[in-house]
Amino acid sequence: MNTNCAVRMENINKTFGEVRANDGVNMEIRHGEILSLLGENGSGKTTLMNMLAGIYFPDDGQIFVEGREVFIRSPKDAIDLGIGMVHQHFKLVDVFTAAENIVLGMPGKVQLDRKQLSAEILEISEKYGFDIDPDKKIYDMSVSEKQTVEIIKVLYRGARILILDEPTAVLTPQETEKLFSVMRSMKEDGKSVVIITHKLHEVMAVSDRVAVLRKGEYIGDVATSGTSPLQLTEMMVGKAVSLNIDRPEPKDRVERISVQNLSVRDVEGIRKLQDVSFTAYGGEILGIAGISGCGQKELLEAIAGLQRAEHGSHIAYTDKNGEVHELIGKTPLEIEKLGVALSFVPEDRLGMGLVSDMDITDNMLLRSYQRGRGFFANRRYPRSVASEVVSELDVATPGLNTPVRELSGGNVQKVLVGREIALHPTVLMTAYAVRGLDINTSYTIYNLLTEQKMKGVAVIYVGEDLDVLLELCDRILVLCGGQVSGILDGRSATKEGVGLMMTQLGGDIHE
Amino acid sequence: MSDAPMGTKEPFIRISKRTSIGKCRAWSIRIIALLLSLIVSGLIIYAIVRMSPVKVYVSMFEGAFGTTRRAWITVRDTMMLLCIGVGLAPAFRMRFWNIGAEGQILAGGIAAAACMIYFGAVLSGPALILVMVITSIAAGAVWGLIPAVFKARWGTNETLFTLMMNYVAIQLTGYCVSLWENPFGSNSVGIINQQTKAGWLPSMFGQSYGLNVVIVLALAIGMYIYMKYSKHGYEIAVVGSSENTARYAGINVRRVYLRTMAISGAVCGIAGFLAVSGASHTISTSTAGGRGFTAIIVAWLAKFNTIVMIMISLLLVFLEKGAVEIASRYNLNAYASSIITGIILFFILGSEFFINYRIRFRSGKKEKEVAAE
Amino acid sequence: MTQIIALFSAAIVFGTVILFGATGEILTEKSGNLNLGVPGIMYLGGIAGLVGAFFYESSAADPLPWVGVAVSLICSLAAAMLGGLIYSFLTITLRANQNVTGLTLTIFGSGVANFFGGSLQKLAGGVGQISVATTSSGYREVTGLADLGTVGNLLFSYGFLTYAAIVIAIAVSYFLKHTRSGLNLRAVGENPATADAAGINVTKNKYLATCIGAGISGLGGLYFVMDYTEGTWSNDGSIERLGWLAVALVIFAMWKSDKAIWGSYLFGVLFWMFLYLPGLTRASLELCKMLPYVVTIIVLIVVSMRKKRENQPPASLGLAYFREER
Repeated sequence: MNTNCAVRMENINKTFGEVRANDGVNMEIRHGEILSLLGENGSGKTTLMNMLAGIYFPDDGQIFVEGREVFIRSPKDAIDLGIGMVHQHFKLVDVFTAAENIVLGMPGKVQLDRKQLSAEILEISEKYGFDIDPDKKIYDMSVSEKQTVEIIKVLYRGARILILDEPTAVLTPQETEKLFSVMRSMKEDGKSVVIITHKLHEVMAVSDRVAVLRKGEYIGDVATSGTSPLQLTEMMVGKAVSLNIDRPEPKDRVERISVQNLSVRDVEGIRKLQDVSFTAYGGEILGIAGISGCGQKELLEAIAGLQRAEHGSHIAYTDKNGEVHELIGKTPLEIEKLGVALSFVPEDRLGMGLVSDMDITDNMLLRSYQRGRGFFANRRYPRSVASEVVSELDVATPGLNTPVRELSGGNVQKVLVGREIALHPTVLMTAYAVRGLDINTSYTIYNLLTEQKMKGVAVIYVGEDLDVLLELCDRILVLCGGQVSGILDGRSATKEGVGLMMTQLGGDIHE
Repeated sequence: MSDAPMGTKEPFIRISKRTSIGKCRAWSIRIIALLLSLIVSGLIIYAIVRMSPVKVYVSMFEGAFGTTRRAWITVRDTMMLLCIGVGLAPAFRMRFWNIGAEGQILAGGIAAAACMIYFGAVLSGPALILVMVITSIAAGAVWGLIPAVFKARWGTNETLFTLMMNYVAIQLTGYCVSLWENPFGSNSVGIINQQTKAGWLPSMFGQSYGLNVVIVLALAIGMYIYMKYSKHGYEIAVVGSSENTARYAGINVRRVYLRTMAISGAVCGIAGFLAVSGASHTISTSTAGGRGFTAIIVAWLAKFNTIVMIMISLLLVFLEKGAVEIASRYNLNAYASSIITGIILFFILGSEFFINYRIRFRSGKKEKEVAAE
Repeated sequence: MTQIIALFSAAIVFGTVILFGATGEILTEKSGNLNLGVPGIMYLGGIAGLVGAFFYESSAADPLPWVGVAVSLICSLAAAMLGGLIYSFLTITLRANQNVTGLTLTIFGSGVANFFGGSLQKLAGGVGQISVATTSSGYREVTGLADLGTVGNLLFSYGFLTYAAIVIAIAVSYFLKHTRSGLNLRAVGENPATADAAGINVTKNKYLATCIGAGISGLGGLYFVMDYTEGTWSNDGSIERLGWLAVALVIFAMWKSDKAIWGSYLFGVLFWMFLYLPGLTRASLELCKMLPYVVTIIVLIVVSMRKKRENQPPASLGLAYFREER
């Protein structure tokens, strides 16, 4: 037995409904190391770590901490064992200050000594190099400040094992670098740090060892010094990435959507998009790349009529007869009434694209119920669409009357994409269309999109996987902090080029 | 070494959410809960009156259905409760917590009574009733719309707003009662138009409450169809499930809020009209009598299905009438009915847990499931 | 002048009933539980205190006020907390809907109270015949300070529960603002998943806050029975109306129990003002009584329009928490 082992998990199983999130996982976390837990979206990384943090309880299997078997039934048990987790969705109370959040749930004197507390927090900050104002309210903080609060919270509790769930997803490159140096100083302090990620360059940059999960199964672990991104990719996806996505040359390109100087602010007044201009053509796939949260969502929603745009923004739609319509300032319904056949597969499938407790038929009705003049909704057409989608896209479902929340992620997405394509759109927008889907379903979706492109539809594909963007799209628009960093040709662009433009406005490359 | 966590055993009870459950099983769980609650209530009654619970329930049945007149009163009150529940259904389906039915009923009732008093001598029978129906609907709708406007515009908490509107309505009723006091000094309005019966709902099938039944059943069926098959009903369900989805689908969420609350208030206004014109022929601060609250429970337990509401309304009214009967036979007071109602509802509310969640006890390797299977 | 003092005295007595109700409900709502059973709980607290005092006085040969006070206090707290326990079990453990459970508790509580109140009247020989004068006098005993002219009259002429209400309201406010447990409790009401992840026992906090809150609310019923109506009972639904007013006061005070103190007296002034406003008819005094509710609605609207984060209801108010929710 390895005595250098801080945590060992043996034969861990966890299922949610029909989904096997973890299947017989064995893994260990050693003292004083930075361990990368690598895997694609939906490979069970977060679920596995949640069981260490006491959020979930395993269906089967054993957990050992410092060689002793433990049962972590609540986050409190985890804290008592010295395990702390920073979740991807921060667990902070918005109306509290940083200090109040940090001290939450800690034992101590009945009365809260805010002065002493602030002093303690500043001490930790200095030790590891954080920058924080203990009396600032969470709702006034930026994402990276909130993350800092989360990490200090875990350290304040005396955690020796820190789990960070995709901490860099929301950070700028500078902030990421800072986080990595904090992680290294924690390691020097003898702590074990687990970083959940799917970004290979981060794995290579920061970790000592890499453990890989694929579809809930533990594939193995390697020392970072003895591996390469290629080997890790193979472990992650099962075989070397040769995506081989079919990309026919676009034909009969016609202008469909022309966006001019689009600027959007969110409800809190923060600028999300600034002077974005581009044109999307029928008969091609326009990819949109960018680190998450840099305006992709707002861009698609603005086109769909779901975002209020600032004065001076223009979105012109050219219909099949060559007539031009302004879409800014119109509601989704008004846009539809103009005869604009706009399909939109939003990122939040069950919270926006579908109604989770309705069945497949009623979900098909969502985009067509207003058709016809009558008082009653016509379910005959949606029912036929539903059975068509189910049979053509191979949706695994007990029947058309099954609520969509009971379907697996991939089947939910098939229902959604199937419905949007059934609308016979001229513009088809998708956001993270393959997130969390298995390889086969992903290819089904790629082929559907390409099929639409060849039918002359203007496809806009927002994606996070650069390999896919580079092989699927005819042109790639790169967003950086809400601005257009550049528009590249999909066939000649390189991964490095796109990556550079994502983190740095303009990058070095021009079309 | 670290401190060991308090226990090192697997948790004794594990709870997980069910993805689905058969209708049959869900209803059998509810029925078991109902039977359990009847047994508990029976024991309590036994403890107080020392009478066999079976006998108690027999006399309760006699209290509710013993004579034709009693049966009709039971039916009338069931219809009243049902009418309010039908009104609440669309609001609740939209996840709009309209607990202001009490106020909306009173608003409708005041409107009906005002028409009877001011137009009783002017308008002919059917015309008067038509005017009464219209004003009651309008009054109830307005009372329902006020909180909806603020919810739609500023997200004002509707639970608390509608609750407060009840008391505004009660005081308004108090104001009207002293305005219309008859005879002077009685602090009540008395039976309105006792001689002329102007504005009284005419009898049907030889029963004075026959028309109530027809109106309310029509409303219940109409609402069922409206919610299940109409475009409006579909919009209500989408908004109730997720506002984001509704916006995505091009639904004007604010308009749906306003329209649905107007309908909800309007139906409660009709309930107020029925209470005044079709039952008591007077108005007082107790015209709604807490039924606006009871109906919330009816609507909730029926999962907003207006047809199921018929059964639940009947059950609650049966309990009330039965308890009044026991109380008078055994020289107790009628509030016993509220106790029994409370106990039964506690059990039914609790039973929903076993429908929505799966419980497993730790027992070696095999995991047993409770709550039927 | 005397009129104003009389108005304020009446307002303070009236306000104390709803101050208890509101303070208890604030504690409860801070844990995320919207307990619409407050009227029922006040009913339970009131009737249990009365029953306890009644049996003590009719069994003791020479009843002592302080024993009566102690017996009724214990009975009242126990009954009200039992009501809170029923609500907690259904909404926290069995995750039943909070609104519906609360309303059911109100039906149940008013049923129990009026049932036993009615039976007690029969035992005592008819309507209006219950009298626990000895115990009631214990509640209404005032100190010598009450004789200090106008000031004494205005400030010191009340039974001890009046001052207890203020002390409890301030204590709850201090607890929530300045103690670790208070901070933890607020976290449970704002964001239970966060509290849970921080190692706070969400279930325990919700149970405790709801049951203790119910105990405090129940004292409002006890005060009503023992002090306000001087140890009598009537099945006229006044406690229920006061209970809803207490729920209104929670909103008016924006979930801060120290603000609820003056808020409750303001409600009292608004409620009794009609007695002292010249030229009011019986009709318009009904409109006067509408004022507390209208004012509460206005506060509710203004708070939602201004969107100041600190004044909003607890973020998870009305929602059940289930850790493994996905």
